[in-house]
Amino acid sequence: MKILGSEITPYKTYLNRRKFIKGSLASAMLATISTSAFANHDSDLSLYNKNLNENDKLNSYEEITTYNNFYEFGTHKKHPHLNSGNFNPHPWSIKIDGLVKKSKTFDLEKILSNVTIEDRVYRLRCVEAWSMVIPWQGFQLSELIKMAEPLSSAKYVQFVTVFRPEEMPGQQKRTIIWPYREGLRMDEAMNPLTILATGLYGHAMPNQNGAPIRLVVPWKYGFKSIKSIVEIRFLDTQPETSWETLAPWEYGFYANVNPNVNHPRWSQGTERRIGEFKRRETLMFNGYEKEVAHLYKDLDLTKFY
Amino acid sequence: MFSTRNFNRSKPVLFILFLFPSLLWAYQFVTGNLGVNPIEKLMDELGLMALRLIILTLMITTLSNIKPLKPIVILRRMIGLFAFYYVCLHFSTYIVLDHFLDMQFIIQDIIKRPFITFGFISFLFLIPLASTSTNNMIKRLGFKLWKKIHYLIYPVAILASMHFYVLVRADKTEPVIYMGIIILLLLHRIFKRFTRPQLAQ
Repeated sequence: MKILGSEITPYKTYLNRRKFIKGSLASAMLATISTSAFANHDSDLSLYNKNLNENDKLNSYEEITTYNNFYEFGTHKKHPHLNSGNFNPHPWSIKIDGLVKKSKTFDLEKILSNVTIEDRVYRLRCVEAWSMVIPWQGFQLSELIKMAEPLSSAKYVQFVTVFRPEEMPGQQKRTIIWPYREGLRMDEAMNPLTILATGLYGHAMPNQNGAPIRLVVPWKYGFKSIKSIVEIRFLDTQPETSWETLAPWEYGFYANVNPNVNHPRWSQGTERRIGEFKRRETLMFNGYEKEVAHLYKDLDLTKFY
Repeated sequence: MFSTRNFNRSKPVLFILFLFPSLLWAYQFVTGNLGVNPIEKLMDELGLMALRLIILTLMITTLSNIKPLKPIVILRRMIGLFAFYYVCLHFSTYIVLDHFLDMQFIIQDIIKRPFITFGFISFLFLIPLASTSTNNMIKRLGFKLWKKIHYLIYPVAILASMHFYVLVRADKTEPVIYMGIIILLLLHRIFKRFTRPQLAQ
């Protein structure tokens, strides 16, 4: 059963600003000039639907861009949409440091000219027990890691969000310790499912969803997928992460979607897919068990949640 | 101006005023205008309204200590019953819309998740309050016993605000404000009790 007012909005209605290059994987080459050319634009919805599981349905552009957590713009799920208007993600660069051959700063354009932008339709499961299906555009994090040239001693990757309290009103309050930080184990970071997303629905990444570049790790709770990344550090010890620091009894470093390990505030056994009336069962690793379960075969997931 | 008569006269207006939000949200829910996650939104609005009304009943008692405002106390019952009304709607949204009467899940939820435990106990404590809210009941129970039962509003208010406090993930400003108001109102009562001239037992 569906709820009114949350039907899939044809994304075409949001995309009349420019003509897109159809199906071109090379569109990333245009990234040097255009702000919206970061993504692989394709006005054909069926391209995204092709990547869907049979039980999944794309969430609308409106749902994805008006309901999400991005505490940098406020703690309510409508705040990112309402308060992100003054954020200016251009130009953008990412600092690479820690255990790398040489610390450096990459302009986003430079990164984009060296990678392949592709479509990835992923389920996103929030720790608050709601979920969406989102058509991202982006590239594998592993491609950037190769460019970064980490040393063999690097076992973990840490990510840092931009700190701009004048553009991000949520950062004017110390709700969490800014800047937001997240981390992955190296093998998680290198997994082909892990992407850096630069767009959704063929749009350049909207401010409220983490412009201009964010992480997407689809088998982990949404808070792991850190937004508006300005720094990537390679480390030999497990980095501290924002939510774990704030409430270690509630959030762990791994944060793998796991219906069998409950959060003290939300049962993780079920979830509400945005746009659906009845809750659905939460899948182990958010349904990506085949791709990632091997990463954790020696790990007690009830301890390392 | 603050006569019993005027307060009585204002009752129908207040009745409509307190009823209106629930009708509006129900209408918005049915027509699909309650945002992207309407069940969550409905539950949040109903719960917040209930908490505010619970605090309002405590405030009314405090206000009625001010001599010229004394008659305001006749509004308390209606507001208390509206608080109960919103709590019932809040709770049934959780049971029916959020969890589709999956009782096994709901019982686990109530036992395991502190914030739901707080909310549920608060709801249970409100039941005897609401069901003794008639003049006839006051007569049958006697004012003393009736009053004792109605002291339950204190744990109700504290638990309800804790229910909200624990639910919020990071910025706790709003629940802390509600808790602060409740604590002030309760402190005032304690203060009053100790400063009141002692009656011979």
